Amino acid sequence: MLRFRILAGLACVSVALGAPPLAAAQTPATQAAVSPAPPSADVQQLRAELDRLKKEFDAVRQLYGDRLLALEQQIGRLTEGPSTSTIGSAETTVTPSTQAAGQAPQPPQPPQTPQEPPATATPAGSSKVFNPDTSVIGNFVGVAGKNPYSTQRPLELTEAEVAFQAIVDPYAKADFFLSATPEGLDVEEGYVTFTSLPANLLLKVGKMRAQFGKVNTLHTHAMPTVDRPLVTENLVGGEEGISDSGMSLSHLIDNPVLFLEATGEVYAGNSAVFQSDERSKLNYVGRLRAYRDISEDKNIDVGGSVAFGPGQVRALLEPVDIPDKQPVTLNKRLIGVDATFRYRPLRRAIYRRLNLRTELIWSTQDRPDTSATTSFGFYGLGEYQFARRWYLGARFDRSARVMDSHANDTGGSFFVTFWPTEFSQIRTQYRFTSYAEGKNANEFLFQFNFAIGAHGAHLF
Amino acid sequence: MKLTRTLLTAAAAAMLASPALAAPLKVVTTTEDLASLAREVGGDKIEVIALAKGYQDPHQVDPKPSFILAVSRADVLIVVGRELEIGWLPALQASSRNAKIQVGGPGYLDASMTVKILEIPTGQLTRAMGDVHPQGNPHYWLDPNNGRKMAQAIRDKLSELDRANAATYASRYADFDKRLAAAEQRWDAALAPFKGTKIVTYHRSWPNFMERWGLNVMGYVEPKPGIPAPPQHIIDLITDMKAQKVKVIVVEPYWDLKTPNAIAAQTGGKVLVLAPSVGGTKEATDYISLFDYDVNTLVTALKGV
Repeated sequence: MLRFRILAGLACVSVALGAPPLAAAQTPATQAAVSPAPPSADVQQLRAELDRLKKEFDAVRQLYGDRLLALEQQIGRLTEGPSTSTIGSAETTVTPSTQAAGQAPQPPQPPQTPQEPPATATPAGSSKVFNPDTSVIGNFVGVAGKNPYSTQRPLELTEAEVAFQAIVDPYAKADFFLSATPEGLDVEEGYVTFTSLPANLLLKVGKMRAQFGKVNTLHTHAMPTVDRPLVTENLVGGEEGISDSGMSLSHLIDNPVLFLEATGEVYAGNSAVFQSDERSKLNYVGRLRAYRDISEDKNIDVGGSVAFGPGQVRALLEPVDIPDKQPVTLNKRLIGVDATFRYRPLRRAIYRRLNLRTELIWSTQDRPDTSATTSFGFYGLGEYQFARRWYLGARFDRSARVMDSHANDTGGSFFVTFWPTEFSQIRTQYRFTSYAEGKNANEFLFQFNFAIGAHGAHLF
Repeated sequence: MKLTRTLLTAAAAAMLASPALAAPLKVVTTTEDLASLAREVGGDKIEVIALAKGYQDPHQVDPKPSFILAVSRADVLIVVGRELEIGWLPALQASSRNAKIQVGGPGYLDASMTVKILEIPTGQLTRAMGDVHPQGNPHYWLDPNNGRKMAQAIRDKLSELDRANAATYASRYADFDKRLAAAEQRWDAALAPFKGTKIVTYHRSWPNFMERWGLNVMGYVEPKPGIPAPPQHIIDLITDMKAQKVKVIVVEPYWDLKTPNAIAAQTGGKVLVLAPSVGGTKEATDYISLFDYDVNTLVTALKGV
């Protein structure tokens, strides 16, 4: 009986391992037949017996090893796959008694606990399942016409943005946006968001664009225009804006009337707007946002933001004479008010929408002589989708400069955007700017924006 | 004294029984179909809010902050899945501050896990194919047998979270199942004579519906998902429809009818606006009446051609 089992085991192993082991599993008789003539019959017999025993032992070891492997794989599948097995058993009727007990049938517990199935059982590429969603967005901008203050190149891939996004664990998700520009590679944003905090709190930690108004939170490719408004260029750090390392805690104020969100943020003070050279001097941002549906297709979104912190003002003060030419760190305060009205008829959401937005910003910059300059700027923007792939828009701009509240620049733009699909867009913009010094600029801009990779979230 | 003791006992009993008196489970669904199925199973034991309307393209939903509020208060979030809501739902979940309804959370239910999914793409996928769904066609709720499986999944999830009412969910499901089975016989009988009939649809919203009743979709107004039709595609479609004598073009309520009407005028066919979801038309007030409307409208149209 034992012999039979061993032989059966040998056969199994042979089949499993293919032809070469079959040769090795030849019976002693055939082996003896092919062996050279023995010097002594007894010794020869003993050796053959020994060989046979050795082979039997190897075969048994192999057999049980295989069985153990199969068992481990089975246990591995059972322990990791309760969800898939319940998926299959959708037809199971949940009777009241089992419901009352509320216990899903537990997968059978393994007698031993081989924690991981052997490497051979792992499906190829399973680790890739956890790779983050990856996308790359190219932003190509061209400009024609004259502007005495602009150094923008006529044709340029202004940015290649690489985004990685994934859920970290049951408590958090992470977003990384690496921005490669002609100036170099930079982490535009990289933060973790804790989504499971109590008390309606949401915490973000990392480098991010501050929640100051609307434009400051938008990546370049997400803007409705090729450029950013004059007020952003003059008072809120332009393209880079307030983007810094810090923490952001926001609270959803639950009430039956409207969506109300309060956000408090603290940053190191290393952005285009705020610069700090002391650990104790940080940049603080606060925002209150209120939103309400007027009807299913119309809504209003208003916000108030403040930002406070130190800024190095050497460049801004030039050519005012500062004796040692060292940068002076002086406080700066920004206050912003924004309002957005949106209309999008749900039955025709593919073809029509209207966005109207304005942002008003006051910047108060302390001066070395203890006085302060308060400058004001704003923009008003409207964008209308008039066909499935076509948008038409206009923007009016006016803004003073940080250190000169009387030097007002004024501008206006018209823009048309064509979206071949939601993964690419082609935009043209005519921009007129009248600078405070009396010089005018007439420019024609165009932009190609294209995204590959994971499907990102729609903007709102 | 005795009265006090009685009162205390009553109070204690009331407190112990509180799960039964607990506030209804707050259920948020991404679509009205899921909301209808949840109502069938949950009845007055749950409160249901659907985010997208039935007459809205479920791909094109804005992640409005008012939705964040709804999701933040939810005990259960039921989603269609298969990346139908990929453009808007992740943003709502991330901002909701609600651990329960995050992917993998106890209150998260992807209704697609037990249903029959069609058109799962094979081979290499690129966006040159349009806005394809790598996990298969997400419009799977348009087969009533899938609706049954979705209702089962909802029953199981509600029972898991609200054990006290598990018996109610089970009996309500059983009742729905019975009514659905009766309705299915009705629909099967109505559409049986038209098995094999060729039709055209605008978007790939109907594979489960058409497969269920043996109808044959021979072409689409959209050449690829999410891609508007170039003139040549329309010309080819008209030629094919004429050659194969196809007379019905099925369109969802959120598409512009200009192109389908032009095709119908050329082919002598008719444009049929069917409801892809509960709420897609005023007659489709729940999951069963959705099919009543679609089946009746389709049968009337097919009889007329």
